[in-house]
Amino acid sequence: MSRLISKFLMALAIGLFLSGAMLTPSFAQGPVNPTARSVKEEDLMKALKGSGDAVSGRISIQDANAATLIQPDGQSWRAFKDGTLPRIGAIAVLGMVIALGLFYAMRGKIKIDGGPSTQRIQRFGGFDRFVHWLTASSFIVLGLTGLNVTFGRSLVLPLVGPEAFTSLSIFSKYLHNYLGFAFMVGILLMFLIWVKDNIPSSVDVAWFKAGGGILKGSHHPPAKRFNGGQKLIFWTVIIGGALMSLSGWHLLFPNLSTGVAELQFHSMIHGVIAMLIIAVIIAHIYIGSVGMEGAFDAMGSGDVDLNWAKAHHSLWVEEEIKKSGGKAVVSGAAAAE
Amino acid sequence: MARMKFLCDADRCIECNACVTACKNEHEVPWGINRRRVVTLNDGLPGERSVSMACMHCTDAPCAAVCPVNCFYTTADGVVLHSKDLCIGCGYCFYACPFGAPQYPKVASFGSRGKMDKCTYCAGGPEDDRTKAEYDKYGRNRLAEGKLPLCAEMCSTKALLAGDGDIIASIYKERVAKRGYGSGAWGWKVAYKETVAL
Repeated sequence: MSRLISKFLMALAIGLFLSGAMLTPSFAQGPVNPTARSVKEEDLMKALKGSGDAVSGRISIQDANAATLIQPDGQSWRAFKDGTLPRIGAIAVLGMVIALGLFYAMRGKIKIDGGPSTQRIQRFGGFDRFVHWLTASSFIVLGLTGLNVTFGRSLVLPLVGPEAFTSLSIFSKYLHNYLGFAFMVGILLMFLIWVKDNIPSSVDVAWFKAGGGILKGSHHPPAKRFNGGQKLIFWTVIIGGALMSLSGWHLLFPNLSTGVAELQFHSMIHGVIAMLIIAVIIAHIYIGSVGMEGAFDAMGSGDVDLNWAKAHHSLWVEEEIKKSGGKAVVSGAAAAE
Repeated sequence: MARMKFLCDADRCIECNACVTACKNEHEVPWGINRRRVVTLNDGLPGERSVSMACMHCTDAPCAAVCPVNCFYTTADGVVLHSKDLCIGCGYCFYACPFGAPQYPKVASFGSRGKMDKCTYCAGGPEDDRTKAEYDKYGRNRLAEGKLPLCAEMCSTKALLAGDGDIIASIYKERVAKRGYGSGAWGWKVAYKETVAL
């Protein structure tokens, strides 16, 4: 009996020894490192390539954008929105106003060569003027409501208080969103009706060399329906307007963009181009109103003083007279101003 | 005053999404909005990690900086909140946020996105604490009840930590020291310009 017990104990001892021996190596290895290959925030952030790059993964929410974990670009967009854009805007808009003020002080209102005549010539028909004012009126509202987004918080909010400023800004936002379509239609129509007269030509080179007749001396260089300066405005409005429309469309319909980086890009294009066009249009408004005698009539009544037309669009006047057999010119003084 | 922060210990997060669900339920968050979400990195690969992310209540928050109507404010606890009465739903905070926190009830439709909604750190909004008006707009104000955000309080693995930044950072550091590894304090560098040294 005792032999049996000792045999059993022996077997038990061997068994324990063996199992112990089998376990030992794993202790010898030290603690396991389950993160030997795990993702680390530091590494993922370092691996970002800059613009538009983000730390993303997979998510069970049915919105692919929610899978973006960290997009540090938000900070650079913020620097753009709160630093770069207002700076560009202030320099472009205020710079233009100051430049025009100086120009007016030095040059004064540009008078019609030889003074107003008693004859007039039709310059823009009803549809031309409709397209111009459709674009112009929507642009002015879009410009002001857009500037409110960039400058309102620092310029208007302190004056009217937070509640009134929010009401104003919501109303502005709706105006901006809906009038955008009127502007887009205007730009498209404007392109269609005026592009044929706005192809740059050698006449324009000569026009610019002569400073448009207003920078140097008082002699106006020849021009067709649109002179070099007007062509410059036309293409600024068409190209700028197209960029505004395209970027604005993406901001109106955020689902068209694949992610926030694209929206940031469109908002940057939209902001910078807007500031530049606003500056150019301020100059356009100046020369079409207080800056030049007789210029507003073209888009006002549609007919202009013959002497004005001869000074600024000599080739066009010749052409119109030839085409109509002299009937294009009608007598009558300028509408009371 | 405490400086409230979130910290997600990705080595503990098991992507159960209970924080997401608890948040939605606690605040009656509208359909389609997730104030908190769980993102899985390197999904299906060795070293896969999941991170629960919401508004990080940034120091010098970019959303507040870019807001055209200045509707954001930071509480004494360092929580970034906003007023839905002042919000115009322009989407700028969404462009600026590094964490995709701001969301809108009507993203797909044209014209208006609706008032922005985001994580409030369970601290409500500008209305009086624990009023119906506050609850309807922002959800429950647990902080005013002396409680921490529900997502972190109910996290079963205690992966998601909420509370004073220094305290949760020390808890995380202690864990990392004890177990010998840690994938980092996700988003801290971007949100707070500082991270937890491991």
